[in-house]
Amino acid sequence: MAKLKSTFKNMFLSLFTICFVVAVLLAQVNKITAKPIAEAKAKKLENAIREVVPPFDNDPVAEAYKIPDGAGDSLTVYPAKKGDEWVGFAVTSYSNNAFGGNIQIIVGFDKDNRIVNYSVLSHAETPGLGAKVVQWFKDTSKPGQCIIGRDLSKEKLSVTKDGGNVDAITASTITSRAFLEAVNKAYAAYANALAGDAASGATAATDKSIDSNTTINKNDKTTGGEDHAQ
Amino acid sequence: MRNNIKVLINGIIKENPTFVLLLGMCPTLATTSSALNGMSMGLATLFVLTCSNMAISSLKNLIPDMVRIPAFIVVIAAFVTIVEMVMNAYLPSLADSLGIFIPLIVVNCIVLGRAEAFASKNSVISSLFDGLGIGIGFTLALTVLGALREFLGTGKIFSMTVYPENYGSLIFVLAPGAFIVLGYLIAIFNKLQKKTN
Repeated sequence: MAKLKSTFKNMFLSLFTICFVVAVLLAQVNKITAKPIAEAKAKKLENAIREVVPPFDNDPVAEAYKIPDGAGDSLTVYPAKKGDEWVGFAVTSYSNNAFGGNIQIIVGFDKDNRIVNYSVLSHAETPGLGAKVVQWFKDTSKPGQCIIGRDLSKEKLSVTKDGGNVDAITASTITSRAFLEAVNKAYAAYANALAGDAASGATAATDKSIDSNTTINKNDKTTGGEDHAQ
Repeated sequence: MRNNIKVLINGIIKENPTFVLLLGMCPTLATTSSALNGMSMGLATLFVLTCSNMAISSLKNLIPDMVRIPAFIVVIAAFVTIVEMVMNAYLPSLADSLGIFIPLIVVNCIVLGRAEAFASKNSVISSLFDGLGIGIGFTLALTVLGALREFLGTGKIFSMTVYPENYGSLIFVLAPGAFIVLGYLIAIFNKLQKKTN
């Protein structure tokens, strides 16, 4: 078959047909992969929750609700329960002040205000420096840098360089500051969740927090991690 | 058949996209911070390149010359999107670590370059072999580069510890190390090739 000439009609038909076939093909692939993608995402979150709170037997993702952190923003709280009694809260938190901009973490607290564990959900820190945040603050053999088991009701976390109580990652103070900021924020939300639970139970708190969310979101929060330079 | 084997070897050695043609440098430098990342990036490109080469070569008479570039891009983008969706669905952690570089295969000049220079002029079968050859060449180059950077930077190869991480020099994991290692690899590759000629 001879090659098609570049007339307007040929060009239009050729491009249209190719685009159409591609669109149909992609729609089919999307249909097949949409469910596994959603499952993979849900599983990732569930694994992260499992990692950071004591063992539980409820479905924290289904019972998740938003709670204000007292600083003009709201965070998602995942209550972990065993039987009817709750054993801990997992809180997703973030900071925009990390060296690579945004950092997303999930922190687990037990009943006594103590940090059970944390997990970094996403970050854009420098490999070999700031990226160590994934493991650094978990090292129980180095109490200076480990945040696991710390009781945040007594003191907020901050790096030693700022006169605080946690050893920052070597050569990555900005990352460490942002990480601890996110942890403190998570604790503030946890404390609010706790107060809400004690007062009127989680369901009431849910409605309340959603109401306050809408008003809170109108007030702008300070952002702009990208223009931070070290 | 002999001709096809020649095309295949040609892509791996004589026209190795990384060491000889110096194409696709952006993913080469950016994704090779570890051997596994480099290899996965190479394999994703290999798949896209082989499929797009075959598709374009079989469509070559149906695509008028004046719209060939947009037509090629649409075909390539289709395969890249398929790779991305499948990766997100079944290999989410790998998709996380390769991030934006998977969608960017669409504008990888190796893929478009082979479509333009080879697939639009040759038969489907030899285009298949060309895609495989160039793809394997790219994968090998990225794996070697990634393995070397991981080894020098963190003391590991494919996440298996060879020597303690403290002795590694971090620069090789970062961007400058990518340029340094790539430069030396190209030099060694050219030296070896000159010898065999």
